[in-house]
Amino acid sequence: MTVKQLANLLKATTVAECDFDRQIEGGYAGDLLSFVMGRATPNCAWYTIMTNVNVCAVATLTDCAVVVLCEDCQPDQLLVDRAQSQGINVIATSLDMYQAITIVAKQG
Amino acid sequence: MEHLHLEYDVDGNNFVSAGQATENVKFCLKGLGVNPQDIRRIAIAMYEGEINMVIHANGGKAIADIYLDKIVVQLIDSGEGIANIEQAMQPGFSTATEDIRSLGFGAGMGLPNMKKYTDDFAIESTLGVGTKITLTVKF
Ligand SMILES: Nc1ncnc2c1ncn2[C@@H]1O[C@H](COP(=O)(O)OP(=O)(O)OP(=O)(O)O)[C@@H](O)[C@H]1O
Ligand SMILES: [Mg+2]
Repeated sequence: MTVKQLANLLKATTVAECDFDRQIEGGYAGDLLSFVMGRATPNCAWYTIMTNVNVCAVATLTDCAVVVLCEDCQPDQLLVDRAQSQGINVIATSLDMYQAITIVAKQG
Repeated sequence: MEHLHLEYDVDGNNFVSAGQATENVKFCLKGLGVNPQDIRRIAIAMYEGEINMVIHANGGKAIADIYLDKIVVQLIDSGEGIANIEQAMQPGFSTATEDIRSLGFGAGMGLPNMKKYTDDFAIESTLGVGTKITLTVKF
């Protein structure tokens, strides 16, 4: 699935768009950044409710395909700016992590 | 090329600039054509170290030495030091405050990640003097 397809599926809005044709492989859900850095795999979709600028560093380090901000969490402006300048895909959905992942899982 | 020596000051309590040293080292390694998996390993380990200096030690120094076959990163601070290194190395052990946790840090997984992602991990710490961590990733 591409980032664009995931965004459509989750009725997500765009926070920062770099390459929405990027292919997603797998996913990881979590808010504690060291867990994410320990477990998230390259090209995954990372589901979180963290909205501060450190999300960008972790997204870059793990090389995730997209950050999915869940539960209508409003990203800090710093996150938006840095995601745009560093070329990180970020989308936002009103779904919680469980709902979002359930929908994605049904798609197979 | 003999080897590349890079030094950075890591600003204490600044979560916005935290990670700059790591970003810079990553950029250099990419330019040198180092394997992306190795770049990922040292970058995550170094970032954890940088963040630890910001959170727990009021800043410090990051020094990277890049050779043809490896990178060695030293993280040196003059913070309060670690009382019990064995305990600090346990996954889940953290002294981070609620404020720090609200930023997503404080899972107690940073030091274990540094060990996991590197080929060699060394830590020395003296209470009241500071901490020095040396990370090595072989290419
Ligand atoms: N440079 C340092 N100076 C002083 N104490 C440190 C330093 N680095 C780590 N510690 C101590 O070791 C503990 C464990 O560190 P570790 O990086 O594993 O977890 P954390 O920083 O608390 O949380 P996380 O890394 O998951 O965000 C810290 O909570 C802190 O007490
Ligand atoms: Mg840490």
